[in-house]
Amino acid sequence: MSLITTLARLEAVDTGRAQPLATTRHRHLSEHPLVFVPLTTAGEAGAPLGALVGTDRETPRLLVVPQPRDRDLRFAFLAELADIVLPYIDAYAADVEAAERNETDPETGKRVKVEVELCADAPQLIVPSRSGIDFVRLLGRSMRFRRTAEQDPETPHPAPPRVPLLGRWLTHYGERSRVPGSSLLLALTDVLSRHWATGQSSLEDQHLGALLAWIDPPQGESGAEAALRAELRRDGKGQLLCPPAGPATDPAFDNKLLAPAIELYDRARTALAAAEDGIEADDRLGELTAAERQIRDLVESRTRPTWDAVWRGLDLLRALPEGAHAADRWTRDRWSFTGHRDRVLAGEPPQPRRDDAVTAANKLATREREQARLEAQEALDDPLVMAGRRLAGEAFAGEVTDVVMAYNEGKRPSPRPLVTVRTDDRPHFGERAKVYRSLGGKPQAAEFVEYVRSEGEGTPDAQGHALGSLVVLRVVDKMGRGKEPETGSVPEKGDLVCFTLFEHEQRGGAKLPDPEDTPWTHGGPPGETDAAAPQPEVQPDAVTDEDVL
Amino acid sequence: MTTVFDPGAEAAHATDAILRDTLHGTSRGVVVDSPPGAGKSTLVVRAALELADAGRPLMVIAQTNAQVDDLVLRLAEKNPELPVGRLHSSDADPYDKALDDLPNVRKSAKAGELAGLDVVISTAAKWAHVKGVEPWRHAIVDEAYQMRSDALLAVAGLFERALFVGDPGQLDPFAIVGSEQWAGLSYDPSASAVTTLLAHNPELPQHRLPVSWRLPASAAPLVSDAFYPFTPFRSGTGHGDRHLAFAVPSDGSGPDRVIDEAAESGWGLLELPARNTPRTDPEAIRALAQVVRRLLDRGGAATSERSPDPAPLTADRIAVGTAHRDQAAAVRTALAELGVTDVTVDTANRLQGREYDVTVVLHPLSGRPDATAFHLETGRLCVLASRHRHACIVVCRAGVTDLLDDHPSTEPVQLGVTVKFPDGWEANHAVLSHLSEHRVAWQP
Repeated sequence: MSLITTLARLEAVDTGRAQPLATTRHRHLSEHPLVFVPLTTAGEAGAPLGALVGTDRETPRLLVVPQPRDRDLRFAFLAELADIVLPYIDAYAADVEAAERNETDPETGKRVKVEVELCADAPQLIVPSRSGIDFVRLLGRSMRFRRTAEQDPETPHPAPPRVPLLGRWLTHYGERSRVPGSSLLLALTDVLSRHWATGQSSLEDQHLGALLAWIDPPQGESGAEAALRAELRRDGKGQLLCPPAGPATDPAFDNKLLAPAIELYDRARTALAAAEDGIEADDRLGELTAAERQIRDLVESRTRPTWDAVWRGLDLLRALPEGAHAADRWTRDRWSFTGHRDRVLAGEPPQPRRDDAVTAANKLATREREQARLEAQEALDDPLVMAGRRLAGEAFAGEVTDVVMAYNEGKRPSPRPLVTVRTDDRPHFGERAKVYRSLGGKPQAAEFVEYVRSEGEGTPDAQGHALGSLVVLRVVDKMGRGKEPETGSVPEKGDLVCFTLFEHEQRGGAKLPDPEDTPWTHGGPPGETDAAAPQPEVQPDAVTDEDVL
Repeated sequence: MTTVFDPGAEAAHATDAILRDTLHGTSRGVVVDSPPGAGKSTLVVRAALELADAGRPLMVIAQTNAQVDDLVLRLAEKNPELPVGRLHSSDADPYDKALDDLPNVRKSAKAGELAGLDVVISTAAKWAHVKGVEPWRHAIVDEAYQMRSDALLAVAGLFERALFVGDPGQLDPFAIVGSEQWAGLSYDPSASAVTTLLAHNPELPQHRLPVSWRLPASAAPLVSDAFYPFTPFRSGTGHGDRHLAFAVPSDGSGPDRVIDEAAESGWGLLELPARNTPRTDPEAIRALAQVVRRLLDRGGAATSERSPDPAPLTADRIAVGTAHRDQAAAVRTALAELGVTDVTVDTANRLQGREYDVTVVLHPLSGRPDATAFHLETGRLCVLASRHRHACIVVCRAGVTDLLDDHPSTEPVQLGVTVKFPDGWEANHAVLSHLSEHRVAWQP
């Protein structure tokens, strides 16, 4: 945790309210996000209990699996989910604009510009908390390898038609959410805690109710009190007033309300199956419907508060103006969305169970690049974030006190002006450090020359100005081709400037080999060893004394 | 019958076996584990010269530009006639200017211009950009344990066979984003290059260098036991071979007492009163700076096997090590206030592979309220505790043992990942318990 975040958290404890960590919104929010509030069944991995889903905050669609262990009912749930999510995705997939992309020409091997389609906007999926993202990933994994009757008439348990496709999309969204700064799939608690610091731990911030209580407490109550109430207060029946944001449910709810309701439903189903004539069956169908109704009401009662909280959180975030670079990162999300759309259209198989060596290395490289890009862009977009970097010694701001023109010793002398900046910050310069400032949206580099810490640092001079340290820099680029620098390209005396010790833009890494050229150090091309080498014989573990109680 | 341990013979024996496997072996790779200061660079230079002699075109992959320049200089020193290529980046000032004085070293940013030279040296990052060339017959990968698996993936197509040399006890490579997704895969891109290499090629011959020439007899047993419990090594020198003395007697202050303790025993722990502090603990930083100031003021003289006469303990023979960059920056500032400028102050990551007479270390867990995986990492402590030829002085707040007991390792267990022994918790305890015998409590 950075020093400024620690300070903000201390201040939050002190004042009883969450403190801002940002003055702009660093994630793009779609006009019409699809909010997904899933619940899962305790003790059963990947068995959804129900969900609220939709793009309209007033009319969410409620999906319920009355008996989560019944795989047919689970498939029915997933099919219903696909009928909501896929049309939403398709609507964006159809709206495209022309764009250009650099590609390698297979014949000449040269980089050429190719005109391609880019989706004008992308669908955005919002879940309440980080575990919601894991659940999306789990659903994706459980669905994308299923076969429909149409794909494979022989398959013993065919999936409903669009379920595997939904699995592929959820997998793509789950994978994309691992890219720093991406916004295709967002966990609301993550986005909120990026923008506000509460007086509780980051683990506790995963409780959406408590987090919102800190950020926006009810009139007359402190955030700390409201958060405690959100976490603990129960009604007369022992149920939490603010149910957990899921997908896990509260054990008290499972035991006291859900389990009896499911049992009732099971009994009604058995009874219906045993009905001997039509009249009896009608009666028992009524009982079954009533039992199902009861479970639906229960699931809605646990998801609706979270649903409303998600939209409230979105309102709070929308009140912040979007950061300048967030749109740039959203464009990358659109590329990602378009890319997956194209793979689906081209009939490519679903994402493999595990990445091969080259794909894994490429993903890691992309994410590291995006992480560095995100950190730089957030600081450039937001003075409060930049203040944190300045406090950490990674940037400094101040007034230009002197500019001396100088030239380098080349055949054609180029300008290398020396700029002196007075700053109260304490940047950590290394040897031969380079610093950067934003000049019309592009980074201008300067070399660090000298750092003069003044004796009376921090104490005011005769005019009441604090005396800062002096930093001497040599500007090295973005001054045009001539002998004299272009107007406005060199800071002038009296200018307020902000330089960073980190780079603003990221270089692309080296291209890795194609997967079929995976070298011997990494096991050779994927799939080759499986076919050639005999499968190693797997011996079952020997039974030991500890195995027998 | 007792056999006398002859470090020179042991080391020579190991080196011969390594060179035999490298030059005449049949396997595509040879892995060499080298403890701190065991002559890894000497081995790399020797292997490079012998491979060049055998007429095999050689590429050398190091991890940083400083390592590359250092290797080029060492090669040129051993054999000034050898045609060497230094492949460098196209940034400004990409290599050490000292290389310009070497007539047989050609420098270029393009691999094609260096084709045909006996040895071509560059960083892994630069090699990754080299495409469409004939593969080299042989490669040497230096600091292979500090190289990430994905970096090896990018360059492994450039060579047919390779010698991998590195120190398994130092800091593992890291990624700035989460990589749990690939944990347990044999080719986890965030793992070390050697981990991936051996997972896919378990039959490769593995050697290790048995003697540390850097660490004194007082330090080798502790470092070996705490960090290399299954692959022990010895010091190349005996207890009487090295000696550190000071012309100016102690003034009785904490820094002076800990300096005397360290000069005598090789280790010193300057313990400040227990307290939770910010990372840049002002008292500890000042204490660190004072120890360095006194080391210089007291006219130290280091006697070693290298020469019969004592060598003065000058600023360039002293280093300060910290865990974080802001701590290093704070120490630099504190030293500047005391008028000390030429002492190296850096983080563990940047001190890897370097050697000094005396090191002064800020304990990674000093003053902390918690023990995170970063601060517990075995390699971090190992690097900090194994840079010295004579003595190591650790500055630390009291109470770290309690902190360790309050924070047992809680890292999630990942299936398929080889558990590294010893874990940081165990290693920290081992080092602290040894240091406590050389403790000087001090209230600044």
